[in-house]
Amino acid sequence: MAATDIYLTQSNDVAARTIGDDTLIMSTLDSTIFMLNSVGSAIWNSADGSTPLSRIVHEHLCEEFEVGEEEAFADAKEFVDQLATHGILLVSETPAAPKEIQ
Amino acid sequence: MQLPATDQNHDVVIEIGGFPIEVQTTDAEFERILMGRYRDYVRPGTASQFALRVEIMDPDRFDPDADAEVWLEDREWRMERGDFRARFSPEERRGQIFQSANPYSIDSVLRIVHTLMLAPEGGFLLHASSAVRNGKAFLFSGVSEAGKTTMARLAPPDVALLTDEASYVRKVDGRYFAYGTPFAGEFGEPGKNISAPIETLFLLNKAGENRIEEIDPAIAVQRLLRNILFFAHEPSIVRQVFEAAVAFVAEVPVRQLSFFPDRRVWELIG
Repeated sequence: MAATDIYLTQSNDVAARTIGDDTLIMSTLDSTIFMLNSVGSAIWNSADGSTPLSRIVHEHLCEEFEVGEEEAFADAKEFVDQLATHGILLVSETPAAPKEIQ
Repeated sequence: MQLPATDQNHDVVIEIGGFPIEVQTTDAEFERILMGRYRDYVRPGTASQFALRVEIMDPDRFDPDADAEVWLEDREWRMERGDFRARFSPEERRGQIFQSANPYSIDSVLRIVHTLMLAPEGGFLLHASSAVRNGKAFLFSGVSEAGKTTMARLAPPDVALLTDEASYVRKVDGRYFAYGTPFAGEFGEPGKNISAPIETLFLLNKAGENRIEEIDPAIAVQRLLRNILFFAHEPSIVRQVFEAAVAFVAEVPVRQLSFFPDRRVWELIG
């Protein structure tokens, strides 16, 4: 388990759609397009502002792909940081307040 | 008594994609430019749904190095490039263009305005050539040098070309139609002013053989989005374009067409 957990919220500045196992996301700020595979889609679809990344990793990565939690968390954190850099995901060390959850 | 001179109207109605736009001008020479460039799309006497007033300016009034920008301000679209400034109100269905007397500026403004009118309806302009065969429209999309104009050049006589550069896709009564446009690329000729229901969108890939392959729907949407022409990176229209692409792929077959650039590729089409 990671020392510091984080909470993810989907940005409002995107248009997104899950098609099959993949998720397509388009930034409404600069029209950049992102394609997430099934693992990325699982993280994206779980980004409700109240589910910690550690739980997302445990439920969707470790059990499905039989990988260790530390390694999976590190990989997921790197992925999340990339999306956050582009403004696709909002990252916080505390859960979002209920009114902020879409 | 000498009466003051009055400017005579030299208005021209240009209908593309079923949208008649009245281009209003008092410049007789500019009217001749419009009649020549849009000849098959001019509709004298047709009631227009939109109006664009063109004010002819000295070309020295513009910055030739300025990039194109399109943005929303006070519920009105503003457009600027090195050779024109324009504004368009979708609510009032009218706009104004400041440009010199040339066909290229008005052509660019018309493309932009049409994308703004199409987006709320789920339509779009696409980097693609398109043609009608046996009453069905086929689109051939790709980036520069992908083969859009090549497909147009290789078309046999029974194929009617709609465009070799900017395909016009409009959703009418739940069905997708492709329309001819005057927006020509390397081919240099405007397309036939006809329309037909879209049978297939082909994503082009030059190869050593002719082959049609299925494409994953998510990848199809991604590649379609990369080829849709839209100029305004404003959140509301980006969302409309995104949803339009998703809806289109859900209803129209999208395939990869790998082709060797000779006429035999058309044996696979239609």
